[in-house]
Amino acid sequence: MTGAVIEITSLTKRFGGTTAVDDLSFRVEPGVVTGFLGPNGAGKTTTLRTLVGLVQPTAGTATFDGKRYAELEKPLHTVGTALEAASFHPGRSGRDHLRVVGAAAGIPTARVDEVLAWVGLADAAKRRVGGYSLGMRQRLGLAFALLGDPGVLVLDEPINGLDPEGIRWIRGFLQGLAAEGRTVLVSSHLLSEVQQTVDRLVIISKGRLAYEGTLDGLEAGTTTRVRVDAADRDALARALTAAGADVTAAADGLHVSGLDADAVGAHALAAGVALRLLVPEREGLENTFLELVGEGGIR
Amino acid sequence: MLRSLRSELLKFTTTRAWWVLALILFVWVGFTAGGIAALGGVLVDESQGMIGQDAIPPLVYSVVTATGYVFPLLFGALASTTEFRHQTLTPTFLATPRRGTVLVGKVGAGLVGGVVFGLVGLAATVGVGALVLGIVGVDTALDASETWALIARALLAMALWAVIGVGLGVLMPNQVAVIVSVLAFTQFLEPLLRVAASFWEWTAAVGRFLPGAATDALVGSSIYSLASAGGVSDALEWWQGGLVLAGYAVLFLVAGALTTWRRDVT
Repeated sequence: MTGAVIEITSLTKRFGGTTAVDDLSFRVEPGVVTGFLGPNGAGKTTTLRTLVGLVQPTAGTATFDGKRYAELEKPLHTVGTALEAASFHPGRSGRDHLRVVGAAAGIPTARVDEVLAWVGLADAAKRRVGGYSLGMRQRLGLAFALLGDPGVLVLDEPINGLDPEGIRWIRGFLQGLAAEGRTVLVSSHLLSEVQQTVDRLVIISKGRLAYEGTLDGLEAGTTTRVRVDAADRDALARALTAAGADVTAAADGLHVSGLDADAVGAHALAAGVALRLLVPEREGLENTFLELVGEGGIR
Repeated sequence: MLRSLRSELLKFTTTRAWWVLALILFVWVGFTAGGIAALGGVLVDESQGMIGQDAIPPLVYSVVTATGYVFPLLFGALASTTEFRHQTLTPTFLATPRRGTVLVGKVGAGLVGGVVFGLVGLAATVGVGALVLGIVGVDTALDASETWALIARALLAMALWAVIGVGLGVLMPNQVAVIVSVLAFTQFLEPLLRVAASFWEWTAAVGRFLPGAATDALVGSSIYSLASAGGVSDALEWWQGGLVLAGYAVLFLVAGALTTWRRDVT
């Protein structure tokens, strides 16, 4: 299976006077999981809703292999969508919800039961959605997305509300779908949430593109620091400062930047300071992300 | 198109609203029809020939539309507004991105639902009504072809009212607002307007086009025709009444399709 290429071209959406999406362009390729990141209010949901034809763009296009969603011959068999505001009638059972949409797309009830089992909702299928937990609604939303066995999956915050076991499950699940050649686009407002799942990243801020590329590419721009501590902390700080490092004292030791762990160890040895702690830290990724989206890094 | 219709019908059968409404309809019109049938027996006796036996059965059977049309109307309106209220338009439009197709499916399902409401209501008015008529000794007229023509026209009226509801719900997506409007108009405003309209000739000419009056014209009988005696003479033909109702449905549907139905689903 090869999923369609998602192409967003010069997309702009204004609601009254506010611009939710501002001249946004990016591509999503099949075969990998692409993370769509940005803080709340960055325009992620608007972009995704425009992509699937629920919102009319002010300018620009959003297509699947060149076709707008409304032009797709079998939309549910081409694109599976799970949007954040999971929209279910509370008085209808999960199974009936899928039967209703399935009927509109010519999908048999047998397939409904199949996807419900897949997402782990077989036991709750005949209960009313009103009694579902947030995690169960997320699973039902995912079941809806999978209903037509589509080559493209567009998922808005699918990890939100899942328990740790559910998070581990969905990570493996998404990677499995991408490995089959599908196009998988997953939005989130937390980099750490999708860091272990995604291969590529599209980061937006205030409706504009901030970064498009691989996770490694984002990592390359990050700085590393070393956390170090000794019984004689002052002597250690003097030695490292003399070596040209930037040293800040903190409760959990000295935070050193400008030197790598090897160099820090060597300078401590030369100064005759016995270390009790030496940890190279890569705290920069989330920081880089926050700087990109204009919220400033956390010190 | 057919898939959309199937999906819309499934939406009815997988929630409880429709059969709760149908149950209330059955009890409500059954009770009213029974009461009028009992009263009819007295009227025939007391009026000394002024009111003939044959005038009573149509009055009893047409209670289904005369007082029951609000049920398919509410049903149709709820079928539309519930999609906005629970944001189920999102999955609906994802499955069928051509919104016009969805609307046609809704209209088709509304017609089917309206016929079901008609059958339930007629089971009550004809069933209970004929039973009481039999008890008080008035001919049930169930062997007359006019009676069955009236029943068929009542079914059509109920189906049209459901579609009017579908259109109204699309035009006015706020569920509370639409329920309040429907009840205020059908239970209070329209009866008042009809009485007021009967005072002058020119207002009566306009009053014929009120939806309730058009319904009575379509069905051909109503307890309202008793209340405004003599007014029936300038009522519309039955087919004109049907066209007026269909006109309301088309008006609401087109207005809704051009406004709320085209909006962004956020």
